[in-house]
Amino acid sequence: MRRVAVIGVGCSKFGVLKDLNLSELAFEAVKPAIEDSGVSSQDISLLAFGSVGGMYEEALPAVVAAEYCGLTGAGLVRCEAACASGSAAFMTAYQNVAIGLSDVSMALGVEKMTEVDTPTMMELIGRAGSYLWEFHNFGITFPAYYAMYASAHMAEYGTTEEDLALVAVKNHRYGALNPKARFQKETNLDEVLSSFLVSWPLKLYDCSPICDGSAAVVLASEEKVRELGVQDPVWVSGIGYSSDTANLSKRADYLGLRASVTASRNAYKMADVGPEDIDVANVHDCFTIAEIMAYEDLGFCGKGEGTLMIREGMTEVGGRIPVNVDGGLKAKGHPLGATGCAMIYELTKQLRGEADRPARQVPLKNNVALAHNVGGTGHYCYVTILRR
Amino acid sequence: MFITWPAIKSRATRIEFEIPISKTKRFWDGLKEGEIYSTRCRSCGGMFFPPVADCPDCRSSDMEWVKLEGSGVVEAFTHVVVKPSSFQGMEPYSIAIARLEDGVKVLAWIREAGPTDVEVGMKVRLVVGATPEGEASYWFVPV
Repeated sequence: MRRVAVIGVGCSKFGVLKDLNLSELAFEAVKPAIEDSGVSSQDISLLAFGSVGGMYEEALPAVVAAEYCGLTGAGLVRCEAACASGSAAFMTAYQNVAIGLSDVSMALGVEKMTEVDTPTMMELIGRAGSYLWEFHNFGITFPAYYAMYASAHMAEYGTTEEDLALVAVKNHRYGALNPKARFQKETNLDEVLSSFLVSWPLKLYDCSPICDGSAAVVLASEEKVRELGVQDPVWVSGIGYSSDTANLSKRADYLGLRASVTASRNAYKMADVGPEDIDVANVHDCFTIAEIMAYEDLGFCGKGEGTLMIREGMTEVGGRIPVNVDGGLKAKGHPLGATGCAMIYELTKQLRGEADRPARQVPLKNNVALAHNVGGTGHYCYVTILRR
Repeated sequence: MFITWPAIKSRATRIEFEIPISKTKRFWDGLKEGEIYSTRCRSCGGMFFPPVADCPDCRSSDMEWVKLEGSGVVEAFTHVVVKPSSFQGMEPYSIAIARLEDGVKVLAWIREAGPTDVEVGMKVRLVVGATPEGEASYWFVPV
């Protein structure tokens, strides 16, 4: 296996982008990523396209986006791992270079979620489990899946609705500092707790927003990095992945995501680091409870101690492990397939010391960052460790 | 003020899938008779709900149908207020996962309990009946 570096990143604005179609949205990430990398489009021999799809008009989105972005001719594949599709694309592009099939590849995550109304979106993503046994007669929704985990976490560890709200308050605070975020506005405990109930105990402000967005990452081999003269590249130092059952009823418990535990342990092992070495992390906070479970599953704290981390500010800039200081899925937004690549975008910028606002640049000690991207309700998980 | 962006409405599609149930027909017939069945692998003894025709553990296809008694304890639950489009006309509903004494866990609605009555650890029983739309289904009720 060859060493592989991230040499270019690009990310669109996240939000309700009704002035852009799917391909135009892809372009918003591809152009800055290619410019950042210093390669030409012809150098990119594989394009791994991450998108859940089925919620916009194109049935074969990778093809139309590649044509629009001038990448026709590259090897092309669409990767689907639900909300972790962007990370699945990143892993595919990484492997392509690591095994020596090519010297430069691109992962591109794109999702256009606002071409249908909210009930239709609840219908489409409510089917992200086992259709006949969870959706057909019971009308489960995506918030409902995570709400069930929240109910068990609250019963076992005494986690409260206020603890969940603290995650939203923190992530909105950083979203307010991120010009690409869907919500660039702070919130407070009262506003979160009094927002309308979506699926008990989750309220509107506990949920990441439905939105449009794209992010792209250019990866290159060590030889190519040297040839291009890239200074201080960001290396992919570990990737871990795992999955769990489609039916939630088949999970051992509802206190954490087993796939996150396995994926992170494998990533730590490959990168030869531990949670204590991480300078900054982006974790999959599709709902507030998911961020608290992620602290525990990734080993940032012990089981049941996630609430302590949020209560005591340990995951703020300047804290023990700053988490989601771009606003996270909660405030930056969660355009499903784009999210995994957007995490790599943010962490690459952080490791380069290039956060767009000094107030959300983390102090770098070990130059190690971690991205944790979950698909479905822990159905898929990818953990990526970057090192500069 | 709402800004509207120029857009073209795509041609509409309405997709309805025909889901094969030949291999789990006993389960669906059972519901109409007021019974809930799971499957047990005759080769390794594994119990499965949802019922399956093929054992994921030992890959045997020699399965037997086992009637569920249906008593269990709630492990997780929620009350769904914001509903999918095909459930729009309904009142908010509660969903729970319970571990049954039969040796399987089941996800279903929990009815005859107010939103503040349901809790983790609560004892429930599975019952069979018809959905508001008239389809045979099953749900939990408090014991």
